[in-house]
Amino acid sequence: MPDSGLLFWMLVIFLVVLAVLAKWGFPVITSMVEKRKDYIDESLRLAKSADEKMANLTKEQARIIGEARAEQNRILKEAAEARDNIIRQAREQARDEADKLLTEAKTLIEAEKESALSQIRSQVAMLSVNVAEKILRETLSSDKEQKALIDRMVDESLKIDKSQAGN
Amino acid sequence: MDRAARYLILVLSVLMLAAPARAAETDEAPDIDIKSMLFGHIGDSYSWHITRIAGKDISIPLPVIVKSSTGWHCFMSSRLEDGPCEGLYIAEGGKYDGKIVEKDASGNEVRPFDISVTKNVAGLMINSLILVLLVLGCSRWYRKHDVLKEAPSGLAAIIEPVVTFINDDVIKSSIPAAHSAKYAPYLLTAFFFILINNLMGIIPVFPGGANTTGNIAITLVLALCTFVAVNLFANRHYWKDIFWPDVPWWLKVPVPLIPFIEFFGIFTKPFALMVRLFANIMAGHAIILSFVSIIFLTVKMGPVANGTMSFAAMFFGIFMDFLELLVAFIQAYVFTMLSAVFIGLAHEGQEAREEK
Repeated sequence: MPDSGLLFWMLVIFLVVLAVLAKWGFPVITSMVEKRKDYIDESLRLAKSADEKMANLTKEQARIIGEARAEQNRILKEAAEARDNIIRQAREQARDEADKLLTEAKTLIEAEKESALSQIRSQVAMLSVNVAEKILRETLSSDKEQKALIDRMVDESLKIDKSQAGN
Repeated sequence: MDRAARYLILVLSVLMLAAPARAAETDEAPDIDIKSMLFGHIGDSYSWHITRIAGKDISIPLPVIVKSSTGWHCFMSSRLEDGPCEGLYIAEGGKYDGKIVEKDASGNEVRPFDISVTKNVAGLMINSLILVLLVLGCSRWYRKHDVLKEAPSGLAAIIEPVVTFINDDVIKSSIPAAHSAKYAPYLLTAFFFILINNLMGIIPVFPGGANTTGNIAITLVLALCTFVAVNLFANRHYWKDIFWPDVPWWLKVPVPLIPFIEFFGIFTKPFALMVRLFANIMAGHAIILSFVSIIFLTVKMGPVANGTMSFAAMFFGIFMDFLELLVAFIQAYVFTMLSAVFIGLAHEGQEAREEK
């Protein structure tokens, strides 16, 4: 059987111990441990969010670099196009210029040829007049009439030539 | 380490062989009353016996506080050694063996109202003081230091993991969150109280050695506290489960069979707590003491048998001491855990209703 004296003392001692420890002992310890636990949890959460931010930043960085690359490529391509354009235009211009020069040269040549031809013709006329004069010294009294005749005849023949060529 | 252990065993065996040889010289080894020796150690007493040297008992006298028919008496227990003191004496044999009694008018031994500070009471006081100093020392660390900047050191580093372990794994997992903080101080106090008393009980000499948690009066108070904690603040659901449980109606209407069993359960649960702790600790003490007694019992068998048995007894005694260290923790843990579970059951229904 439990001894009443011991029972009494045990009750008193245990209740006193319980009162003291429940007031100044365990709540202090548990609340502090809880506080530290919350702090650690919070810190871990912050670290995790920082990590996530970091990962996002890296992603953003990669995206920006990619964009810059694309931009670079685009600019390079545009530059190449512009260069090609300029070259092409220059070429066209040069060709036009050359064409123009060529045409001018041609007209000049044509003119020269024309004048040369007319000179040749007059000379040929003179020559043929001279030749004809020598041949027909007797028949042809007046130079002037003879020359007008010959001119007329040469012109006619030229006209015939041209009309023939035209046909 | 291995070498040291071997030396230790060698030295111990030589000592054990020497002891019976000396005992044999006296030849007349007195019969040993093992039973009274055992219960003398396990039980309570008015003075704190330490040892006997050269036939003289050395003990610490403790105050005797008694209210007898002649009023209050208060004196040191050493005065009882020489016989009756102020009409009070320690009974030998009979109903009140070992207790302070007085003679009434008709010459019968009667027990006065006795609140003496016995060995167990003194042990409880010492252990409680140690417990309070340990825990307050720990909580003082938290007051003096910033918990967010420093890891606990010293006392706090020892106490805190145990507090956290009991608080998180036992209390919070058994009691709904809304109530666990309210009961945590009691359960933690109970755990550390039992643990310190168990451990101090294993130490064989003063200030340990008082068989406090192996005494039914002490476990009775602890179980009573759990009983109060469970039933005083229990919710309606708990009482409904006892008097009108969810079982087929014929188990409760004409003859309230299940309510009857449930009602008894209220008392058997703390009763089981009380007996479990008491029996485990008392049995542990009894086994260790029995092993030690083997050394003295086998003296008569001659030096060789005595030496061998002493060695075996020593070995098993050491083994049991280690086991008792484990039991000291396990019993404190089991008491706390079951208390927490019982308290949790008394609050469970409410939680379930709130969820609905």
